Amino acid sequence: MSEAQNQQHPIGIYLKIWLLLFVLSTASYMVDYFHVQGYLRWSLIIVFMLLKAGLIVAVFMHMMWERLAFIYAILLPPLLILTFIGIGALEADYTFLTRSIFFLKGAL
Amino acid sequence: MSHPVSTIPLHSPVLEPGVKGLVSDWSADQQSFKKVPWGKAMMWIFLVSDTFIFSIFLISYMTVRMSSPESWPNSSEVFALTIGGKHIPLILIALMTFILITSSGTMAMAVNYGYRKDRRTTFVLLMITALLGASFVGMQAFEWTKLITEEGIRPWGNPLGAAQFGSVFFMVTGFHGTHVSIGVILLLIFAFKVWRGDLEHERPGFLTGRKGGYETIEIVGLYWHFVDLVWVFIFAFFYLW
Repeated sequence: MSEAQNQQHPIGIYLKIWLLLFVLSTASYMVDYFHVQGYLRWSLIIVFMLLKAGLIVAVFMHMMWERLAFIYAILLPPLLILTFIGIGALEADYTFLTRSIFFLKGAL
Repeated sequence: MSHPVSTIPLHSPVLEPGVKGLVSDWSADQQSFKKVPWGKAMMWIFLVSDTFIFSIFLISYMTVRMSSPESWPNSSEVFALTIGGKHIPLILIALMTFILITSSGTMAMAVNYGYRKDRRTTFVLLMITALLGASFVGMQAFEWTKLITEEGIRPWGNPLGAAQFGSVFFMVTGFHGTHVSIGVILLLIFAFKVWRGDLEHERPGFLTGRKGGYETIEIVGLYWHFVDLVWVFIFAFFYLW
């Protein structure tokens, strides 16, 4: 593989991302610690989660330095998961409805 | 008469950047993933398949939690610990999160020092990563023991609420723990290879017979970072939600 090229970057960037991941993890723990509830809780959890995941993939896994052909081949297929989530949520709502009607009469 | 199509010659060593590069890479013969060693591409493709496996676990978790008319146990309280007479919610899981992130940081640095051909530092960083990974598995064993013996949580039911809590917990964290354990074994094997100088002297590996190189450390690193990545999602959806 003559075209293969090493991923060589200054060590400082890893330390900065590491620190950032620590801060984000602490922030998401604080969401629980201070009993933030409702939509604010869920959106904070998801924002911190996506930021952490993005930093890990982009910097630690070197994705931001790869070529676009590779990035798209790896990162686009997992978007299908959104469809699975949609199907799962529809099915769960329906199951909950039938369970409420037949098992917990009076709960509705 | 000739019609010039591209200004860059056919066998040019210069690769086009951006979207133009995307098109030319995918329409290239021989290979589409330029500058990516085959082992790395294969590891990424494996990780995509593993992403789907963990997604399916988390989606089934969402489905059973949404469809259960019974109340879901409060994970903040289930995973609380009393340390020095002080009751701290979810502290064990927070510690495990920090340990895994730290191990990801040392892994990223091990990859970096590997490419610098610094054998000693790479070995030490890989061993630290393996040690942090092993302590993560140890804390998980403690967590499982506490949940089984003290809280009475079983895969088929528990005294705290919806029965599905136990099955989801043991399946998801069990699969993740298995991944961490495999990662620790991989790290130890490759730390040994680095220490022995297999990668530096390009000795053939025992499994593939291909000559060694420091890019294998980056490939092991990809797996390790993925284990951390999965934990980010488990932490958010199972423990915090």
